[in-house]
Amino acid sequence: MQTARDLKGYKKEIQGALENDFLRSAMDKFAVAYPASRARAFAGIDVPSLVAEIAAIKDANLARLDELLAEFTRHAEACGVKVHLAEDAEAANRIIAEIAHAGGAHRIVKSKSMTAEETLLNHHLEAEGLEVVETDLGEWIIQLRHEGPSHMVMPAIHLSRHQVADLFSEVTRTRQDAEIERLVKVSRRELRARYVEADMGITGANFAIADTGAIGITTNEGNARLVATLPRIHVALMGIDKLVSTLTDALRINRALPRNATGQKITSYVTWITGPVACAAGPEGRKEMHIVFLDNGRRALARDPIFAQVLRCVRCGACANVCPVYRMVGGHQYGHIYIGAIGLILTYFFHGRDKARNLVQNCINCGACKAVCAAGIDLPHLIKEIHTRIQDETGHPLQSSMLAKVLANRGLFHRLLRAARVAQKPITGGTPYLRHLPMIFSKEQNFRVLPAIAEVPFRDRWPVLRPRVERPRWRVALFSGCVQDFVHPEQLEAGLKSMEGLGVRVEFPMGQSCCGLPAQMMGEKEAARRVAIQNMAAMATERCDYIVTLCASCASHLTHGYPKLFTEGTEEKRLAQAFSAKVISFSRFLSEVVKIGPEHFGPAVGVKTTYHAPCHLCRGLEEHEAPKALIKAAGMDFAPAAEEETCCGFGGTYSSKFPTISAQILELKLADIERTGAAVLVTECPGCVMQLRGGAKRAGMPLKVLHLAEALAEARAPADK
Amino acid sequence: MPSRETLVTEFTARAEEVSAVVSTVASIDAALDHVVDLCAGKEACQWLLAGCEAPLSAPAENLCATAAAAKVLAAPGLAEDLRDRLAQRCRANGIHLVEGSLRQRLGGIDIGLTFADAGIAETGTLVIDSSDEETRLATMISEVHVAILPAGKIVATADDLAVPLGQALARPGNFTAFITGASRTADIERVLAIGVHGPLALHILILED
Ligand code: SF4
Ligand code: SF4
Repeated sequence: MQTARDLKGYKKEIQGALENDFLRSAMDKFAVAYPASRARAFAGIDVPSLVAEIAAIKDANLARLDELLAEFTRHAEACGVKVHLAEDAEAANRIIAEIAHAGGAHRIVKSKSMTAEETLLNHHLEAEGLEVVETDLGEWIIQLRHEGPSHMVMPAIHLSRHQVADLFSEVTRTRQDAEIERLVKVSRRELRARYVEADMGITGANFAIADTGAIGITTNEGNARLVATLPRIHVALMGIDKLVSTLTDALRINRALPRNATGQKITSYVTWITGPVACAAGPEGRKEMHIVFLDNGRRALARDPIFAQVLRCVRCGACANVCPVYRMVGGHQYGHIYIGAIGLILTYFFHGRDKARNLVQNCINCGACKAVCAAGIDLPHLIKEIHTRIQDETGHPLQSSMLAKVLANRGLFHRLLRAARVAQKPITGGTPYLRHLPMIFSKEQNFRVLPAIAEVPFRDRWPVLRPRVERPRWRVALFSGCVQDFVHPEQLEAGLKSMEGLGVRVEFPMGQSCCGLPAQMMGEKEAARRVAIQNMAAMATERCDYIVTLCASCASHLTHGYPKLFTEGTEEKRLAQAFSAKVISFSRFLSEVVKIGPEHFGPAVGVKTTYHAPCHLCRGLEEHEAPKALIKAAGMDFAPAAEEETCCGFGGTYSSKFPTISAQILELKLADIERTGAAVLVTECPGCVMQLRGGAKRAGMPLKVLHLAEALAEARAPADK
Repeated sequence: MPSRETLVTEFTARAEEVSAVVSTVASIDAALDHVVDLCAGKEACQWLLAGCEAPLSAPAENLCATAAAAKVLAAPGLAEDLRDRLAQRCRANGIHLVEGSLRQRLGGIDIGLTFADAGIAETGTLVIDSSDEETRLATMISEVHVAILPAGKIVATADDLAVPLGQALARPGNFTAFITGASRTADIERVLAIGVHGPLALHILILED
């Protein structure tokens, strides 16, 4: 549970997590194991279609929540269930306590429910003098430790067997060995006694099916079945977003839920309950059953044009499983109660701005969560939207509004960059390395060597470099982005060189500026919008076939970010769509349009080469193959890295805001690359080059880090020119 | 529509993947023999590291002590002739057969025997109408759950059951269970452990007809 009051306090807690060796190794093992087991579970299933189907099912149901609730209530009450609607967390807790008091219940057993975590139900019931025991093993462990879950599906993933053994030794008042199999059996036998004594059971639910009034619960341990069976009163608590129209909807969702959550094709138990079931301990041989729906802002959220999709979430937890930041800091630092990408967002809606304001800044925007989400939620985009909202509501930090002002004014921005080049001279001592652009400077940045601002930016070199192509086959406008223009112009030069003699006419419109992604990342949406309008005008879309960029982040932002900046139906929106349709990454352009092949390169050199997939290329643009195809076509000996598509930790301004996390992500990345035994690392984004080259240099690795354009330019045959 | 053979093969493979022990039996008598043999060969309340030797707190120890000394086989809801055939076999093997009042035996029973209403090949899942409380408990508190599944009741995916399942869900007091493998957890260090709050093992007898 993240509760730090300010960013400084938050960073301090993060540091603690980064230094927790057990947590780090547990998270690493999980991050490596998860993708493989997920892929096995989904084998033979068309995942994108299934995700799209689930998104459509949820959207349709969310649009008629009130109707579904009425329908569900009618059916459930006809069976004898009492259905309650709780406006907020406090109301839910009060309703449940009242049920217990009215039914003369004192001892309560509970199975896992994130909704109950959201309302802090246990605290409330205990304060009312009721005894509550969690029966899910992980939940029981964290209950005994008086802490919140660190993962939505595996709540105790941050703890070691030794910590659990100590805890169980206390509970049983006998020394327990730290042997997992035995510890599990201790919980089995200890908790069995609790079910027997309990007079009320509280479960969550994964589905509430409107057309029958039935609920569906998925579990692995079998505890929810006992909780719903043994005590005479059953209370099921769930968010109102769990309502679906029919069983078919639920079965669809359940195809993805366990596969995405734990890589299981199905959980051990899926239980479908309609109304009070037979129960020897209940009045007249039946249960007393209550279903409590929690609103807590959900009905309003369901009507929000931007954020309604948040409620599609099926709580599989996968967005945490793949998140590079979660992997470094663990769940207690990556959510208030709900964890992971969705947790950053839900914290804002369920627990308020103050709990969310630090968290939403800690997203590197790698897109891994979006790519894995069972419900197709555009999580990184929504995280940024909330960041923006919070800044709009509480005022923009000085640094952020300064950056926004500078970026929105191209002339000023470029003058500052030129001035920075002069200022850096005494610092770089003649080497091409410096800290970093106009960001904050701190000693924590030292984990990698950062390049200097170039002597002569690309835009000043352009008049000389401009290639003359008489009868062009393709007319291309080059979008450089600010990093390549001012820091790595040699990458653009290499790009030109690798396209020589292929019939590509290149223009470099001078009015272009930064793509605006840094402003967006800082929550400065207005500035991002202004920069976008300038760039769209500058690039003169109508005069080119393609807008090629060698920066994956720019490419992804120009393609997907620009249209999202403008409101539906406006002229800008139309312009942005036309503009983004022409944007193409360098590798895709060469591979799929120009169709460059081995015949365009000199004799194969066979240097062992590996590849790092920039987040904004592989997930942002769904380009997984083109760069590798080019590496192979150019005659390099390609050696794939196990975690090729894992983020390098750069994330633009992220690495200056959370340098210690960025450094650790980088460290793992470099270790993965080292294991390939490659001498050359190729990637397609100047940001990744900056991070990886600087990191390798700082670590003293003999690794040559190249932008794809540099690697290709080197390999182009002289005869071809 | 996949052939029955394909469905049985697929079902078996998927169920075994999640630790179920699957056997094929030629007749209902063979199934009963199988269950009784299993129970007779099993140590009472000791199977599969049930944790009996580990020390516990007093209330938990007390509950454990209520478990019967003799081996107990629970088989609720059997048709009369079946029950008689089973009872005969149990007597011959010194097994205590119970059909109800399982709430008196929450300390644990050795084997719970049930009939499955359907099987789902894609996931190796049993579908069991557990609306009757005794059936429910037999599948929950037994150390070994044995389910007899007629081969003809295996379908390819859960979607193929949407209609009958929808009807079941429309019945007040319905409790339908999808059961796939034995109960499991990976809550401590993500290490898989079989047998948490439910059965320690699941045996499936596919009945050819
Ligand atoms: S975009 Fe990347 S860093 Fe941000 S929440 Fe998603 S997975 Fe985590
Ligand atoms: S947001 Fe998506 S990935 Fe994350 S828990 Fe929800 S459904 Fe799963």
